[in-house]
This record gives sequence, structure tokens and C-alpha cells, in this order.
Amino acid sequence: MRLLRWGIFLALVGAAVGWWLSRPVPVDDALLAGLTPDPENGALVFWAGGCASCHAADDAKGDDLLVLAGGQSLASDFGAFTVPNISPHPDVGIGGWSAQDLANAMMAGVSPDGAHYYPSFPYTSYAKMSAQDVVDLHAYLVTLPASDQINPPHDLGFPFTVRRGIGLWKLLYLSDEWVLAGDVDAQIARGRYLVEGPGHCSECHTPRDFAGGLDLSNWMGGAPNPSGKGRIPAIDPANLTWSAADIAYYLESGFTPEYDSAGGHMAKVVGNMARLPASDRAAIAAYLKALP
Amino acid sequence: MKILGFATAAVIAVTASTAFAQDFNAEKKARQGQFRIMAFNLGLLGDMLKGEREYDAEMAQAAADNLVTVSNLHEAAMWPEGSDNMSIDGTRAQPNIWEKPDEFAAKWADFGKAAMAMQAAASGGTDAIGPAMGPIGGSCKACHETFRAPEG
Repeated sequence: MRLLRWGIFLALVGAAVGWWLSRPVPVDDALLAGLTPDPENGALVFWAGGCASCHAADDAKGDDLLVLAGGQSLASDFGAFTVPNISPHPDVGIGGWSAQDLANAMMAGVSPDGAHYYPSFPYTSYAKMSAQDVVDLHAYLVTLPASDQINPPHDLGFPFTVRRGIGLWKLLYLSDEWVLAGDVDAQIARGRYLVEGPGHCSECHTPRDFAGGLDLSNWMGGAPNPSGKGRIPAIDPANLTWSAADIAYYLESGFTPEYDSAGGHMAKVVGNMARLPASDRAAIAAYLKALP
Repeated sequence: MKILGFATAAVIAVTASTAFAQDFNAEKKARQGQFRIMAFNLGLLGDMLKGEREYDAEMAQAAADNLVTVSNLHEAAMWPEGSDNMSIDGTRAQPNIWEKPDEFAAKWADFGKAAMAMQAAASGGTDAIGPAMGPIGGSCKACHETFRAPEG
């Protein structure tokens, strides 16, 4: 009897600790203090972050890429995630969001009402972004056209429907530490920021473990294509033997050194990267060449 | 009797589909061959652009002319129904090509337009080739994005 009471007590303590550990933790209140938004830089952050590739319509081109109505479906081992409307519509988009709300979403994976986002939204990468870039992005997003499109909910199975569980997942996998650690030169540092942060390249190019976390020991080692046939190629130096100039040219034009062209989701990524300054594409190439 | 009828029908259906399943090898090689010719000629132009090959107006013009020539090939016979990547090996052509034939044709036509712009620009030096290269790459990408499966 006494043992049973102890058992219940310990179970309750365990549950309380689990509840506490899994709580959504937003970014620091003072993170954005004193920062002045620059929407022009925000536009570059927008393309570096690839927002439109998922949040615009799947076949969007040109100005339609700026209509972030959501609605695309992202397949995963845990179910299908529906991309939300992040246009500045006040009710069905994120028109009511402050820059702080955006920072919480992107850097901590926490919604304005304090719930966890699923990591299909790549905040594990965005967590490494600078607060200034997030503020600038917010200033740019509010200038885009509003859409009143309402999207269906995610299609997930139990237990993945329990968002609180993501809190424990974040303890394991959410970090703002660089994967390519240590001091690097200015160009590689810029590339590291773009690749590991806003560019979120690893979300597809690095394999995941059983829990859906990135396998950092196999960084950029290639992975199965979550949305169907084929594989996302490995882009570490052992596998991607292109010169830095070839990589930069690919990101600008979509042409491989053999003049094949990018396809699938990567064609969208190239469309984004082509809008960045040439120095950024060169920095990404330098970073990829600097990986172990 | 009815069951026997069904079984017979099923056997016939299976046999028939085996008998009529084709590898479309010739068609596949033909269409992949034209992409090779495109890539080769794009390579001549792109390498001049990147400074990996000396600019040569005559060669650039010939390469651009070749791109236009390929864009004028009649495509239909090279893309028979059932030659998609779900039906045969060695292709990345997705079944949606046959679901959206008009879009597929329009994207091929876009390549033709971009190739003609390159044809007009090619002898004008690398400064003229550069701006014409973007739309060609864009037309390749636009089609691959929709209709080609990833590698592997």
C-alpha cells in the first residue's frame, strides 16, 4: 500500500516534470529591443529563407510567389502537414502578428497563443537567424498581398496530434549552435549563416533519425525524398565534387556543370537563390566546400 | 461458372498487359538524346559565359542555332503514353506529362522562345549571352520542376 502511494507520487512528479520540460518556451522578450526594421533587407531574407516555396501555391510563378496563402501539403513519416496562410490577412493570415510573434514562431517554434509548432516548419534552422533579419522579414511580409484562403488542418495520426510532445522533441533537436563549429573566415561564416539558418538546406539534405530529428553526424549526407521517389542528393564535399564556382553558378542558373538543370523542389530553391547577391551564392559555395 | 469467367478474364487481362507492355527504348533514347544535344550546346555557351572557354562568336552562334533546331523537333512520337517513370525503367518522365499535355507543350514552346532569343544574341559577345541564358535556364527548370522526377 505504501509502495503504491510512492508509485503514484513518483508518477505524478514525473508527469509534472514532463509537463514542465515540454512547455513552449518563447524567445527572450528583449530580443528585438532597439532594432529598426529594414524591409529592403527583409525582401532578401524572404528569398534566402525560401518562404514562398512552401507558403505560396505549388505552381506559383512571378508575383504569385508573393501571395503566401498556404495550402501545400507536406508529406512525412508522421502524416501530412498543411502549410498555413502567412499572408498579412488579419484573420486567416498573420496580419495581426508583431515582430515578436514572428520571432517566437521562427526562432522558438511557438505560436502567438503559446502552442508548439510542428517542426515541418523549419524553425530548427531559423533558430540560428539573427534577430535583425527576423525584424526585417516581418517588415517585408506585412507589405505583401493578403489572402483570405482558409486551409485544411494537418492530417496526422496519434500520438503526433499531441502538440505538447513537441516540447520534448525540441529539447533534443532545437539548438542555435552552428554545426560547422569554430572560427571560420568571413565568407564561410556568411555561407554558414545562410545554409544553416534561413536557407534551411539541411532540412532536406541531411537524413533524419527515427524521431524525425536531423542526424548531425551525417550533415548534408543526403536523404530519402520525403515527397516521393528518389533521393535528395548528398552535398558534402565527399559527394558534391563541383568547384565552388560551379555551385554558385548552379544556385544562380539552375545548371549543373554538365548543363543538366535543377528539377523538383530544388528548382524553386534556385529561383530563390538567384535573387540573392552573387556574394551570398559564393558564400554558400564556400561553406559547402568547407564542410568536413 | 461466374467465378471461372472472372478468373479467365483476369488471366487474359494479365497476359494481355504483359504482352503489350513495352519498354519504349527507342523513344526514350530519342528524347534523352535531344536533351543531351541541348545540354552540350548550352555547355558551350555557359562555359564561355563563366570564362572557362574563350568566347568564339561563330561557335556561340552555332550552339544557339542548334538549340533552336532542337526546339523545332516534333515531339509527339517520342512521348507515347505509357513511357513514364511508373511504367518503364530508365526515365524520370512523370505520368503528369500525359495528364497535362497542353502545359507540357507550352513549356517546351517556352524553351523554343528562349532559344530564339539566344540565337539573336549569341554573336554579340558574352555580355549579350548572359541575359539570354537566364530564360533558357528558367524554361528548363520550369519543366523539370513539374514533370521530371528527382534522380535515384
